[in-house]
Parts: sequence; structure tokens; C-alpha cells
Amino acid sequence: MSEFLIQLKGIKKKYGVGASELMALKGIDLDIMPGEFVAIMGPSGSGKSTAMNILGCLDTPSSGQYLFKGAHVEALTRDQRARLRRRYLGFVFQGFNLLARTSAQENVELPLLYRGDDAKVRRAAASRALQSVGLSGWENHTPSELSGGQQQRVAIARAIVTEPAVVLADEPTGNLDTQRSHEIMGLLVSLNKDHGITVLMVTHEPDMAAYARRMVHFVDGNIAKDVENPHPNNVASGDIDLTETI
Amino acid sequence: MLYSVFMLALRSVRRNMLRSFLTILGIVIGVAAVITMVTLGNGATQAIKTQISSLGTNLLMVNPGQRGPGGSGGGGGGVPHFTAADALAIQAEIGGVVAVAPLGRASVTVVANGRNWATSVSGSTNDWFETGNWKLANGRIFELEEQVAGSAVCVIGETVRREIYGGTEGLTGLGKLLRVKQFSCEVVGILAAKGQGGMGDQDDLVVVPLQTLQRRITGSRKVDVLMVSMQDGADSVPLKASLRQLMRERRKLAEADDDNFNIFDTQQLAETLSSTTKVLTTLLGAVAAVSLLVGGIGIMNIMLVSVTERTREIGLRLAVGALEREVLLQFLIEAVVLSALGGLIGIIIATAASYSLSMLMKVPYVFDPFINFLSLVFSAAIGIVFGYFPARRAARMDPIEALRHE
Ligand SMILES: Nc1ncnc2c1ncn2[C@@H]1O[C@H](COP(=O)(O)OP(=O)(O)OP(=O)(O)O)[C@@H](O)[C@H]1O
Ligand SMILES: [Mg+2]
Repeated sequence: MSEFLIQLKGIKKKYGVGASELMALKGIDLDIMPGEFVAIMGPSGSGKSTAMNILGCLDTPSSGQYLFKGAHVEALTRDQRARLRRRYLGFVFQGFNLLARTSAQENVELPLLYRGDDAKVRRAAASRALQSVGLSGWENHTPSELSGGQQQRVAIARAIVTEPAVVLADEPTGNLDTQRSHEIMGLLVSLNKDHGITVLMVTHEPDMAAYARRMVHFVDGNIAKDVENPHPNNVASGDIDLTETI
Repeated sequence: MLYSVFMLALRSVRRNMLRSFLTILGIVIGVAAVITMVTLGNGATQAIKTQISSLGTNLLMVNPGQRGPGGSGGGGGGVPHFTAADALAIQAEIGGVVAVAPLGRASVTVVANGRNWATSVSGSTNDWFETGNWKLANGRIFELEEQVAGSAVCVIGETVRREIYGGTEGLTGLGKLLRVKQFSCEVVGILAAKGQGGMGDQDDLVVVPLQTLQRRITGSRKVDVLMVSMQDGADSVPLKASLRQLMRERRKLAEADDDNFNIFDTQQLAETLSSTTKVLTTLLGAVAAVSLLVGGIGIMNIMLVSVTERTREIGLRLAVGALEREVLLQFLIEAVVLSALGGLIGIIIATAASYSLSMLMKVPYVFDPFINFLSLVFSAAIGIVFGYFPARRAARMDPIEALRHE
């Protein structure tokens, strides 16, 4: 019906009640086409994470419409949203959010478990995903045995193992040094360019936003600026082989 | 789906070894304590029952004196003793009686085969073997002439046989002479062993005809106890009443006089003792159940402590697409597996402990399926209550709320 992947229409999000009431989003309109690479920027507290959580179906808007592939997400039940996440979405968090005492391999297999894939399929897909983020040979390491950059790469592998339509990353480089941040950005660019995955990313750093082809600026719960980036930075860090396929 | 969620739960149990171990520990201790206590209690009850039934079932013992059993007041303080005629009168006049044995007793040291042994000698009729449920391992009981004449013949208990003659159980000693005080008697029979128990060693005795005891050992016509065995299924209440009436008449008691004898009923003893041990078993079980409860609280603690980590884990699982019910099922299975495992380990430990303890305490090992089942169910219930409910709270949150949980 529509060629838009995502459409937000007048999305509002209210936290708290009464005196402590706070409008985190004051009526957001946003259209995203398949295959876009969007960086969301803005000052702290401007509602970026709130918007990302709604986009990722992890949270529900107070009012407004959210259409994903033309379907009304705000009308879905909890389980339906879970199935939508399971099928179309992948998440990368600032704090990695890997399961402790659990190998990289099993962490990456996690989303496949809930799809009901059998062990063989899971193992093969997880290995491929780990390989594509340059972590072949690290399958049996637990998070505590991996560096921050490696942990975030495991998290990216987990996000892409289901071959999602969209990867949502909220400050994916927020806990990493510059060198590691560029490596992660290289990976996201590769996902977007080589595999056609739509990438939505929140970042504070202009250097990282420069990889995106579109920048959306939030200010105080509203979108202040929505601009194309005609010359996205797509120079790979060179540390890892990004031509490797998923 | 069930299978994969089950595997998930198992993996989670294995991954969090320390937490799982601590969770299980409380249950293991609780279950093991409950089962061991109850099993030992049952064993003790069983032991007492066996002991009493080996005394002879449906047995009444008439003792002189007013107070309780055991002949402690026997004959003392001017209370007239019984005679062999009393036994004959009971046999003749009271219905429902199978056998009546007048019994006289004395402490002696027996000598033979170069050894001596301090024991007790009982003088009675052949009815005594029946009233006491005695079987012969070897030989015979007394001939009529021997009883009338007070011949020097005896039947010995297994302990006496072992101490004097040694050798194989129930075999040696038959036909030999045994010196009892100043005369020697021929061993004509050997009693089958009844074994050790709470009532002392019942096999430590020598039996002679009543006449023999009275003439050659005590030198008096006195009888200490009358052993009366009733027919199977006979109602002991009317029988005891008419027995009492008869004894009062024979002892010439006036209407106002108190009984100067007492009738002791083994059936009653059995009931009293086994209800006592039942109370004890229940008490021990209750104490142990408290430890099971403490184990449950231990589980609750551990579950609460780990709830922060777990809430974020649940948030993540929901974020990557797990349904609420899948997460719940996983945690439910995890909790049940942990506590059932704890219950099983507890049962194994309890079985080993109660088996070896009952060997040590010389009581029979009685497996009680009910208490085992109950403990298992109870531990599973504890797991569900304390493991599942914190998880349910988390699984109902919005994924982002659970993910942010500090
Ligand atoms: N769960 C919540 N309850 C109440 N208020 C909240 C909650 N989450 C966010 N807010 C408020 O909503 C506003 C927007 O928060 P949000 O996390 O979206 O900001 P952000 O742009 O991601 O900021 P940052 O760059 O610091 O991550 C803030 O004022 C914040 O305090
Ligand atoms: Mg934020």
C-alpha cells in the first residue's frame, strides 16, 4: 500500500502524571524509506531514546500513529509487537546488554531460539553473523572475556542474525573509544550498503553521524531539522574485512 | 516450543551454577531432614510393634499388687501370690481363653561346658510356650510325667545356648546337662531366637517345669505371674472383666476392697506405645518441616537478590522477540527443575541417611512413599512460588522498562 517502511504521525509520549507530567515527545512526524541510514541527533533529554524505543516497538506512544510497512503498530497487542520485533527488528544498545556467563555464540543465537529454529540452523546462522562482524574464533568467549568493542560487535551480530529489515542502535558507540567507534560504524555502513538493512542510529558524535545519509535533529521533544547528508563518510576503518557477507 | 523452552531453562540452570546450587541446597536439606525423621520414626514404631507381637498377641498378664506391669510390686508388702490352682481355675471357668500358664521366676547362674552364665529361670507349664508365642528350634517341650514329677529337664533360650555351648544357632547343647544351682538338668529343647530389642534380650532364659522350679530352686509354691492367652479376635473387655471377678473371688476380696492384683494387656501396651511413637514421629517431622520452610525462604532470598540481573535479562529476551508466556514458561520450568532436583537429591540423601541410621539404631528401615511424594511436591511448590512470582512481575513489564531496571 505504501512504499514507506516506517511512518510516524503526530507521535506524543507523556511520562508521569499530574505535577511531574513530562512531554518527552510533542508530536513527531517522520517517514523512513527502506534502505535508509538515519542518524538521530540532539541535546540530552530531547527525546531521542524515547523515539527510538517507540520505533523499536519496545515502548508505546501516548498518542499518534505508527505505521510499520503500512500496519498500525499502536493497535497491536504485546504479543503481536513481540512477533514484529522478532521478525523485522534488530537492536544494538549502548550498554551492549549481553547475557552474562554466556558465550558469544549463545548470545547471538538468542533471537533465533524464539523463532523456533532448530539447533543446527541456529549454530550456522550465529557463526555466519559472528564472522561478518569479524569475530570468527571468538564464539566460545563470554562477555567478560571480550573487550568493549568486541562485545558491541557480538551485539551487532545478535541484531543481524535474524536478517532484520531494520537495525535500531541507541548510541552504539557511546561506551567505546574513537578507534573502536569507527570500526562499529564501518560495520553499520556495511549492513546498510551491502545488505540493504535500514539503520536507525542515535548518536551524540558528529563524526559518527557523518556516516549516515540522513540526519534528524531532535530538540525538546520535536524534530528541529531533517537533512540529507550528500557525502556520507563510508571509509572503512581497514581493521576488519567488511566485504564479508552475512 | 515446550522442548526448546525446557532446554533454555536447563541451560540457564547450568550457566548460573552458584545460584542454582544455593537454591537447591535449602530444598535438599529440608527434604532430607523431613524424610529421614519420618522414616526413622516409622522404623521405631515398627520395631516396637514387632517386639510386642513377639511377646505374644492377645496376651493378658495377671500380676500381684496394684501397680503397673513388670511384677515390680509382685508379692511384696503382704499381697498374696498366685498358685498353680489359679491357672487351672481360669482355664476351667473363663470362656475365650486358649491357654493359661502359671509362671514362677528366679535369677540363677547356670554352669556347663566349663562356662557359666547369669540368667533367669522360668518355671511353667507347656501352655507357657503358647502364651509367649515361643517356637522350638530343636528338641521338644516337657512330658506330662516330667511336669508332675518335677524332673530335671529344661528348655534353653538361644542366648544361653550360645554363651554356654557356642556353635551354630539352635543346634548345640541338646541332650547335654546344664547345672542350675545345686542340680543338673538335661537340655531337652532349644527355643527359636526372638532377637534383641527395646524390651531387652528375650532369649536370655532357661525354662523348667513349674514343679521343678518350686521344688528344686525356690522352695516355695508361689507363682509370680499368670499368663493368659485369648482366642484370636476375642473381645478383651468382657474377658478381662470376668477374669477380674474370678480373681477377686479366689482371693476372697470383700466388695469394698481394692484389687490386690492387676491385669496387663499387651494389646493395650502395643496401642499405647505405638501412639506414643506416632506422636514423636509427627513432632520430629514438624521440626524438620520447619527446616524445609527455611529452605524455601532461602530460595526466595536468592531469587530476590538475582532479580535485578534477571529483570534485565527478561527485558532483553522480550526485546529480541520472546513472548511473555515463553519467558514465564522458561522461568517456571527453571524454578520447578531446580526445586524438583533439590527434592530428588534430598530423597537420595534421606534414603542413604535413614537406611544407615536405622541400621545403627537397630530399627527396621521402612520406606514411606507418601512422605517422599509429599516432600517432592512441597519442594516443587516452593520453587514455583518463590521462583515464578518475581519473574512474572518482570515479564509483565514493558521490555524497555525491564531493560532499564537497576
Ligand atoms: N521512564 C521515564 N520516566 C519518566 N521520564 C522519562 C523516562 N524516560 C525518559 N524520560 C524523560 O523524557 C525526556 C526524554 O528522554 P530521552 O531518554 O528520550 O532523552 P535522550 O534524548 O535520549 O537523552 P540522552 O541523549 O541523554 O540519552 C527526558 O526529560 C527524560 O527525563
Ligand atoms: Mg538516550
